[in-house]
Amino acid sequence: MTTRDELSLLRSMGQIDRRGLIKGAAALGAVGAAERMFGGSAFAATPKKGGALKVAIGAGSTSDTFDPATFTDSYMQFVGFGCMRNCLTEIDNSGKLVGELAESWNATPDAKTWTFKIRKGVTFHNGKALTTEDVIDSINHHRGPDSKSPAKPLLAPITTLKADGDSVVMTLESGNADLPYLLSDYHIAIMPSKGDGTVDWQSGTGTGGYVVKKFEPGVRAYLERNPSYWKSGRAHFDSIEVLSIVDVAARTNALTTGEIHLMDRCDLKTVHLLQRNKKVNIFEVTGSQHYTFPMITTQAPFDNNDVRMALKLAVDREEMVKKVLRGHGMVGNDTPIAPSTSFYVELEQRAYDPEKAKFHLKKGGAEGLTIDLSAADAAFAGAVDAAVLYKEHAAKAGITINVVREPNDGYWSNVWMKKPWGACYWGGRPTADWMFSTAYEAGVAWNDTFWDNKKFNQLLVAARVELDEAKRTELYKDMQLIVRDEGGVVVPMFANYVGASSDDLTHDKMAGNWDLDGMKASERWWFA
Amino acid sequence: MGPILKMVAQRLALGLLTLFIVSLIIFLSVEMLPGDITEAILGQGATPETVAAFRRELGLDVPAHLRYLAWLGDIAQGDLGRSLASKRDIAELIGGRLMNTLFLASFAAIIAVPLAVTLGLLAALYRNSWFDRGINLVTLSSISFPEFFIAYALIFLFAVQWDWFPSIVNVNSDTPFWERVYRCILPAVTLTMVTTAHMMRMTRAAIINLMASPYIEMASLKGLTRSRIIVRHALPNALSPIINVIAINLAYLVVGVVLVEVVFVYPGLGQLMIDSVSKRDIPVVQAACLIFAVTYILLNLLADILSILSNPRLLHPR
Repeated sequence: MTTRDELSLLRSMGQIDRRGLIKGAAALGAVGAAERMFGGSAFAATPKKGGALKVAIGAGSTSDTFDPATFTDSYMQFVGFGCMRNCLTEIDNSGKLVGELAESWNATPDAKTWTFKIRKGVTFHNGKALTTEDVIDSINHHRGPDSKSPAKPLLAPITTLKADGDSVVMTLESGNADLPYLLSDYHIAIMPSKGDGTVDWQSGTGTGGYVVKKFEPGVRAYLERNPSYWKSGRAHFDSIEVLSIVDVAARTNALTTGEIHLMDRCDLKTVHLLQRNKKVNIFEVTGSQHYTFPMITTQAPFDNNDVRMALKLAVDREEMVKKVLRGHGMVGNDTPIAPSTSFYVELEQRAYDPEKAKFHLKKGGAEGLTIDLSAADAAFAGAVDAAVLYKEHAAKAGITINVVREPNDGYWSNVWMKKPWGACYWGGRPTADWMFSTAYEAGVAWNDTFWDNKKFNQLLVAARVELDEAKRTELYKDMQLIVRDEGGVVVPMFANYVGASSDDLTHDKMAGNWDLDGMKASERWWFA
Repeated sequence: MGPILKMVAQRLALGLLTLFIVSLIIFLSVEMLPGDITEAILGQGATPETVAAFRRELGLDVPAHLRYLAWLGDIAQGDLGRSLASKRDIAELIGGRLMNTLFLASFAAIIAVPLAVTLGLLAALYRNSWFDRGINLVTLSSISFPEFFIAYALIFLFAVQWDWFPSIVNVNSDTPFWERVYRCILPAVTLTMVTTAHMMRMTRAAIINLMASPYIEMASLKGLTRSRIIVRHALPNALSPIINVIAINLAYLVVGVVLVEVVFVYPGLGQLMIDSVSKRDIPVVQAACLIFAVTYILLNLLADILSILSNPRLLHPR
């Protein structure tokens, strides 16, 4: 009997309460499973209004601003996306796409022209009513030659953007069935227009559940509930104070001493000790966040698929999850598509097989392979340890890996996509197309393997305009197979989001698209 | 007072030169670090196109020496400029942080300086006694531990175990004064523990050094008590080295406390400086460094003036 079955059985026999179950499951590294088992119903309770929530986020910097085009880390995601503003669409806690500031939408059959009906009766914090002009200018904020926004490539296919009554019509240069998903991205928040084609991001006014009252970048943000918030049954706290506490020990101390109620990113090395504290609940969600080792496939020896295959076979994923993630994650299968992503297909799990790796090396004429693997903890926490583990695993397949420890500072500009093989992380994307067209389609800016597979590229374009779900699933399955077997990336593991809260905080089922309940704990959680 | 004023003027002029050199070194070293602010801010999200657009926006496409000269021109007029990252006025950005740093430094100094000098005097008075040894042992141990260790030990005892003080400072401009004092106690005690030994040992050594002088022997032959000899006769002559060591420690309390800031989540200048270096926000780094340099220069100047005043012989060098 597996751990999960055992726990389910105990629960059905009434021998274990929910908390005990979560504890038991967490002790065995299976909280994700426990969370999934309950679905929504076990958590469901009527939300209560009130209370002053204090949150500590392990990110944030003095250079933060309200401009969503510069949001990079979870601090501004939580404040900007989670509290202050809304997008056109939202991914709800079950991973489903729902309308946010767009009430409804429809597309022409070629998925080229999209019409989004803008919600009526929504006002910004400053009292201004939401109009189509605000939506258009907010989207244009990320387009155009002067845009420095990471959302620029997402919106690049839009050729025209215009208002039609109370709707906004977007025309794309080629069809994309996932456009409504893309518009839920935290960068593409809707802000009030200044009337001259630009938006007012400076004041921080939005349509979100909380109005920003004080903001000291890199220190704290203080927000109060928006009394006229348009969503009903959301945003329950009277006020939220969001602190930036980068040091994980300080964050944990703040929680255990009652200075804060909620923190993200627990220290995986000590989370089992934190678990003993009765006033603290640990929450854990398997999301789409994954750690990768991308190889530049245009350079020798990585232009040889046998070499790539040998390296994919020469890593013991189970051990990596156990040692690097301390069990708080799941093994990867060399595709970036997580179970929570749309069109995920369960493929046969690739296992550690040094003999088969040797076979591929021989076949590719690369016996006695010696290569450098660049890593720094900037890529992901524990990247250097993971690289050293990889070296040990690969040695059994006759591959010599030299682990090159790179500086954390400047890792993304000097190592990633520059050194032939390195470590990297991806937050994941809610849809398969989004993930693939961000980092796997030939020629896109973040294709960190410089991979160019004709068949894959064709399938990707075909699937993008396919509105028939069954056919689309089949296409994405083929793509996942191609990435797994011919792609340039080793995906050894998916990392859970592990956070902690005080025991007076309650919530429904948690979303897995981002940390902290899809970064919406601010409006989805409440004090019991 | 003539010679003192002349010395102050000379030292201030030298100080300005030092500031200029410091700013040049800082500018060059940040410039030499790999990557620039656009890449640091955009991180994994950087594409050649967005980086170029960002650089144009910030004026980073201008050659480095021209940017430095422009900055120097502004600073000469008292304008610290704007942060590249947040476009906020640097004077305003740094102002609050500087007040926080100075508050914590003063708080720690108010505890540490009298404590260290008193302990030093007592140690000299009861030289080689169990008291002397005990004080040495305690202060030297506390200075030998890294300050973050002391900070975590204090948090463990006073915040986690006994719940007397908060584990994070979390103050802002609206926090009332006494609340601020209360929330700052643990960091102030940490800083006291890491600075006391240095000042205490110097006080003790300076006094003991003088105790062998003939005039002290004369005083004791007159039948004065040992404590009166130390406080009235030895201490005034030992002030000069003590003042210097206090000045160095005060400067340290302003510029060197970043670890304590991180552990107690205290919004001081050190944290701002680290953020700015890692984001390559040169104007903010420059401004913070200038403040640190000014702190050192002024405190050293003050120490020299006080030493001279305490020892008139220094006023008339041969």
